[in-house]
Amino acid sequence: MPALTRTLPLSTRELDDDGMRGARIVDDLVVRAEGLRKRFGNTQALDGVDLAMRRGTVLGVLGPNGAGKTTAVRVLATLLRPDEGTAFVAGIDVLREPQKVRRRIGLTGQYASVDEDLTGTQNLVLIGQLLDLTTRDARKRAVELLAWFDLTEAAGRPAKTYSGGMRRRLDLAASLVGHPEVIFLDEPTTGLDPAKREDMWGVVRNQVAQGSSVLLTTQYLEEADALADEIVVINHGKVIAQDTPDGLKRRVGGQTLRVRPADPGRLPDVLRILDAVAAPGMNAAPDGSAGSRPGAASVPVTGDLALDEVVPALRHAGIAVNELGLHLPSLDEVFHTLTGDHDDTIDKRSEALV
Amino acid sequence: MTAAVLTGPDRLDHPRGGSFAALLRHSGALAKRSLIKTTRTPEALIDVTIQPVIFLLMFTYLFGGAIAGVGGRQGYLQLLLPGMLAQSLAMGSIALGQNLNADIEKGVFDRFRSLPVSRSAPLVGAVLADIVRYFTVCAVTLGVGSIMGFRIETGASETVAAVALAIGFGLCFGWVSVWVGMLVRTPGAVQGVMFLLVFPLSFGSDVFVPADTLPGWLQAFVHVNPITHLVGAERGLLIGGPVAHHLIITLGWMAGLLVVFVPLALRAYNKRA
Repeated sequence: MPALTRTLPLSTRELDDDGMRGARIVDDLVVRAEGLRKRFGNTQALDGVDLAMRRGTVLGVLGPNGAGKTTAVRVLATLLRPDEGTAFVAGIDVLREPQKVRRRIGLTGQYASVDEDLTGTQNLVLIGQLLDLTTRDARKRAVELLAWFDLTEAAGRPAKTYSGGMRRRLDLAASLVGHPEVIFLDEPTTGLDPAKREDMWGVVRNQVAQGSSVLLTTQYLEEADALADEIVVINHGKVIAQDTPDGLKRRVGGQTLRVRPADPGRLPDVLRILDAVAAPGMNAAPDGSAGSRPGAASVPVTGDLALDEVVPALRHAGIAVNELGLHLPSLDEVFHTLTGDHDDTIDKRSEALV
Repeated sequence: MTAAVLTGPDRLDHPRGGSFAALLRHSGALAKRSLIKTTRTPEALIDVTIQPVIFLLMFTYLFGGAIAGVGGRQGYLQLLLPGMLAQSLAMGSIALGQNLNADIEKGVFDRFRSLPVSRSAPLVGAVLADIVRYFTVCAVTLGVGSIMGFRIETGASETVAAVALAIGFGLCFGWVSVWVGMLVRTPGAVQGVMFLLVFPLSFGSDVFVPADTLPGWLQAFVHVNPITHLVGAERGLLIGGPVAHHLIITLGWMAGLLVVFVPLALRAYNKRA
């Protein structure tokens, strides 16, 4: 795996105070979809989805199984025609000129779709040939990508002998053969262990650093938080929230820092230390909620910098700890909060109609 | 890692050398993929190697005496072998639909469909790769047949024509298998449906018995059956006799199969994936 230098998200969020907003945004959007609808039998997979992704950024599409994430990606990657709506990728109409779009995108599906009987090299060379590279260029590109994804040693072996993580890497490499402007990753880390997942995140960051734009779907809030410049939350074929990771976290309650002292008698000291880093208006409290083991204390914090204060303070006070960590709200909690809001608006609307 | 991402006008928007050349090139690359898969699983060739031999042995030595009389066994082989060729081709086409069905289930085709290649290229590539399988059928059948005493009674050019016709028919008939492969859910179901098609076609012909031993209604079926005419042409080309009539009807059937089943297969493919 390449060195996982942490590439800071290219923050373009604060731009557009110059009155050029409209023009700038249109120019800048590398994915733009409006009103996408798609029905399969009785299931309304997409029910009016709007998406927008700025060039050079990562858009995280977050949602549970069956929310419509994969359907949305398949529409944008020209695999599926929507019943209604428009979509532009790299400024090209997906419905009118799919072949042009296909020259500009890379797709890695939910299940590794490498050819198991072909070797790593053969898989990548085939993709290169289908992208109209000459055989020699296709070979060159394959060698380059295999080296980059740390698959050089396995290059001559059939992909069916690869581990799950290697297959994912090969799959991702296959989607990069044509230097795509826009990369679609459909749940790229589902089924990978945490270390492999972070390797994959490094790859995504690297692609963005080189100028690609990445749209990725995920079921993990943590993943969207780690990679995305913006997050779209989808449920039942509808966008129920669109925000920056920080904005989303603010809406659903942000991060919690939890400390469990080795000696439960030190809990009051821990509470005092945690209070000092609490998010504005919040206080540390002993864990008392049902299901959690007593003896720990938690505090809502605004960022992971809180750790830098808490760890020395604990050491200074001579408190040994059994557990210390930052916790994001789970996807369940996100949905609970967001769909709660959502239901409210529906209720208000129906009241208004009455 | 290499140069930054190409954007906008730097990128080619059209395939090299026009779209037809591109279709051929892409289909060729995909055919090569199918062939690599075949070499990885040689047991996938049983249906075009061992199976035709078993049928040839069985019908010659087990049923041949009963059908043609003990003394007529050798003469029966002369008539049977060109027929076996046709039956084995039809049976050999079943794997095509099965493989394509499995590919779609695995999601391999999603990748191809997200690439700027003609939608038909993956199917055309798979069909073209089957040339190797159909050639194997011809080589095995003629090879084992000659050991059993089959004699080609015509010349080399007729033999080449016979093999070419067999492969050509296989390429056209294969589209039926592709279509079925796109329609049904599992590779096993492809086999089931194709057997239902192939058995009446191969046995409801004059491959094994003379048509005039059959009841009238069955004779009527035998006379329109494309396998009957393919076998007629193959017999003419390998052991002599009139060729033109059967050949023309066979070529007509081949064209008909392409005209009907290529669009059906492509439509089913586009709907499916």
